[in-house]
Amino acid sequence: MDQLLSKIAINDGHGENSAFFDGWKAYDSDPYHPTQNPDGVIQMGLAENQLSFDFVEEWVRNNPKASICTEQGANDFRDIAIFQDYHGFPEFRNAVARFMEKVRGNRVRFDPDRIVMSGGATGAQETLAFCLADPGEALLVPTPYYPANDRDLTWRTGIKLLPVICESSNNFKITSSALESAYNKAQESNIKVKGLLLNNPSNPLGTVLDKQTLTESLNFTNNKNIHLICDEIYSATVFSKPDFISIAEIIEENPNCNRELIHIVYSLSKDLGFPGFRVGIIYSYNDSVTNCARKMSSFGLVSTQTQHLIASMLSDEVFLDRFIVESSKRLGNRHSVLVKELARVGIESLKSNAGLYCWMDLRRLLKEFTFEAEMELWRVIVNEVKLNVSPGSSFHCSEPGWFRVCFANMDDETLMVALKRIHKFVIQSKGINVVNEVPNSRKQYRRNNKLEINLSFRRLDGIMMEPHKMSPHSPMSSPLVRART
Amino acid sequence: MRLIVPLQGVVQGRGGIILGSIIPCALFYFLQFYLKRHRSLPPTNPTLPSTSSGNLSELQRCSSRANLLPRGSTVRVRVSARASSIAKPNDSPYYIGLDRVREDPYDEMSNPDGVIQLGLSENRLSLDMIEKWLSENLSISMLGLGGDGLGISGIATYQPMDGLMELKVAMAGFMTEVMGRTVSFDPSQVVLTSGATPALEILSFCLADQGNAFLVPAPYYPGFDRDIKWRAGVELIPVHCRSCDNFTLSIAALEQAYNQARKRGQKVRGILISNPSNPVGNLLNKDMLYDLLDFARDLNIHIISDEIFAGSTYGNEEFVSMAEIIDSEDADKDRVHIIYGMSKDFSVPGFRVGVLYSFNENVLAASRKLSRFSSVSTPTQQLLVSVLSDTNFTQEYIKTNKQRIRSMYNLFVAGLRELGLKCTESNEGLYSWVDMSRLISPYSEKGELDLWDKLLNVAKINVTPGSACHCIEPGWFRFCYTTLNEKGIPIVVDRIRKVVERCKPTVLKL
Repeated sequence: MDQLLSKIAINDGHGENSAFFDGWKAYDSDPYHPTQNPDGVIQMGLAENQLSFDFVEEWVRNNPKASICTEQGANDFRDIAIFQDYHGFPEFRNAVARFMEKVRGNRVRFDPDRIVMSGGATGAQETLAFCLADPGEALLVPTPYYPANDRDLTWRTGIKLLPVICESSNNFKITSSALESAYNKAQESNIKVKGLLLNNPSNPLGTVLDKQTLTESLNFTNNKNIHLICDEIYSATVFSKPDFISIAEIIEENPNCNRELIHIVYSLSKDLGFPGFRVGIIYSYNDSVTNCARKMSSFGLVSTQTQHLIASMLSDEVFLDRFIVESSKRLGNRHSVLVKELARVGIESLKSNAGLYCWMDLRRLLKEFTFEAEMELWRVIVNEVKLNVSPGSSFHCSEPGWFRVCFANMDDETLMVALKRIHKFVIQSKGINVVNEVPNSRKQYRRNNKLEINLSFRRLDGIMMEPHKMSPHSPMSSPLVRART
Repeated sequence: MRLIVPLQGVVQGRGGIILGSIIPCALFYFLQFYLKRHRSLPPTNPTLPSTSSGNLSELQRCSSRANLLPRGSTVRVRVSARASSIAKPNDSPYYIGLDRVREDPYDEMSNPDGVIQLGLSENRLSLDMIEKWLSENLSISMLGLGGDGLGISGIATYQPMDGLMELKVAMAGFMTEVMGRTVSFDPSQVVLTSGATPALEILSFCLADQGNAFLVPAPYYPGFDRDIKWRAGVELIPVHCRSCDNFTLSIAALEQAYNQARKRGQKVRGILISNPSNPVGNLLNKDMLYDLLDFARDLNIHIISDEIFAGSTYGNEEFVSMAEIIDSEDADKDRVHIIYGMSKDFSVPGFRVGVLYSFNENVLAASRKLSRFSSVSTPTQQLLVSVLSDTNFTQEYIKTNKQRIRSMYNLFVAGLRELGLKCTESNEGLYSWVDMSRLISPYSEKGELDLWDKLLNVAKINVTPGSACHCIEPGWFRFCYTTLNEKGIPIVVDRIRKVVERCKPTVLKL
């Protein structure tokens, strides 16, 4: 019967047959619980924001009309339940547009008529890929990048993702030369590049893109007449300077740019902590794309019950102002606790000011500067230290030794437990044969590497040539595994 | 003569560098340019209006990807070929109709001259029952708050993309109830999606590759063109049913369609049936279902059964689900897949809750992963878990809903009779399939669309012409009457009368 299924149904495009699935399996089979399972695996691989639920709960309690499950709200039930216009409620679109403006300090205006719904940011990315590129064409993505991009952007669409290599030597900044080099490499392989996908603030780095990088990217895409997709899903998780700058602001400052090439992906999953609500947003400055995406939104419309709730919540300016400030504060505190405690045992992390995670530098703990050693270290962390963190190779990082650790999906006590475990592990491993000198460039570590073939290059080529096949380093930031029952 | 001789010299390349080479080259480029300009106008297909889909006001029927934008198109910025054809303004009468209703909706009080919506198969008859249930059983715990609830974190955080287990259990129970308790649905075979639309798309992605095809009995729900062709790139081959057979499907017709497809080199991967059927309102009986299964087995293809109207039956015939056929025969389970949803039987299309039900473990495994693009919003899942778990209520609801649909059907058919119009004997659905062929002139699709236009602009009612549903006989229209209340029926009948009286019946219907 298997030959009766399509290629998509049986290929590995879903990316779950990877070694990293072990981390999620380990968590699932042995999840940490403070009293029932204190030795279980602590989940630090899921970028979820659970820090501000009390705020939201309070609001919902105080605003019963917003939810149709209350006496006050039930009158609206009929109109809400029967409404199936894929344009969505105007109140919902207005509220989302205003919220996006607020997060950007009201420095830009968003047109509610351009707000298009999708099944989470996951659906938004896939829909944009369907709209902008045909099978076989490619999008450039700076590394390291969110691993599920491979599945979300390429599995059903048939497009490819080509990495734009960023290096630790300059804090993984996206450089013009890296962009040009990636583009040229595609040209040489006869692959048509249709766009560049930026993630700002970045996952997994937690940094915001500065004005220069954004402007350079804008110019680069304009010059090549390719699309620029900005995934701004973490825009309200910024907790310290520098401020977040949206591509929408850059467009205002460069009035001669071709707006029709710009598209923004947004969602309420990270900023507000509502991934379960499945609210994804596509905001495109291109009418054809808006039109097409809106029609495709039939495959991932937001439940009208949720639209109604969100419309009310996001129209409450007082609540929003408080929420944004308080949420940032809590994220900032968490972040600094984590960074401080890591530093105490000599673990550095990339200086970051946004996101729900840290980009840890564990190069000193690697036996050798190879991805195999990274995987080995990762297995130890998952199976012995009992923390599910995500190895850099799953993010297509060009250098081994970096790990992403999420800090916003647990309470304070659990975080303390996790930190204790890290301390213990690092102190113990100081007895292991570790490399003392951290090479400051890829060339150097290649020379240190005794192997004949440079595996990292081969791997990157592997990733480039087989976009459908998930490299064994694909991630499990997939929430698929979080079975609650 | 004066032109020809010099031209001859130019074309033959004589006449020196300027005349001999540059001018022929220039002529060549002008020719190319001319051809490009004329090729850049894409073929326009009259699209078939969709009845039960949402508001895709610009859906253009697009066939395989190979037919998309020709070279030299004048689209300014390069979006994908897929997007270019989908984004074009739709000229389908169905979507134009929907737009008209949106712009000028009928309202008893505030807009009595507005356009009455009879082109969207939605059921407004029983929403009050659900509303009443909510007001009597409300608790803030539906939002995960209060008491021993997990708090908002219970519903706001990431959940399994294919739906909460509690809802799968409740949904399986509801489906069992709705389909007459003749078969029991297993929650572990349920994949929840944000509507039946993505469920069908996911199945298309799983069961067929780009360019393959499904056989579909016609007339069929126009939304299939979108759900199956747009992104999955699977073709639909209509298997025409005729009024002389009461639009019943025949295996012979299926066989013929399959063989013709094979001759064309098209690989058929499955049959897509809607049972109860839309737009006609037929039920497939047990024998036919067994025949279909035999047919599918012989050709080694799948059966997708869209059973979304299963609970909207009111006639004397019993509904039989594909699941019942499979229950008794273990073999071939792997080729049967069922689509269901809450948009029709339970009247909550806005909530986006659909079901993909399969007996094939591999399809289930792939679908669960693909559901990440189309998951059901968790607050909605919680709400439905509460409602659907109250089985006393759901049984009462299903029973009363059927009675109300039946009453409306009777009223509507009586009204049509007054006008001398007949419709197919139907047992189910939220609509009537009405024969207006004697009123169209000429007896063709054009005549049908003329009548449709009159109904929309003169009578101000939006109905679905059969051509939108790929019906091979012109003159059939689908009227959805469950969007109305009882008072609305006489108003609609009066409006139709206006147009009917204007049309002279055609002398002979061939």
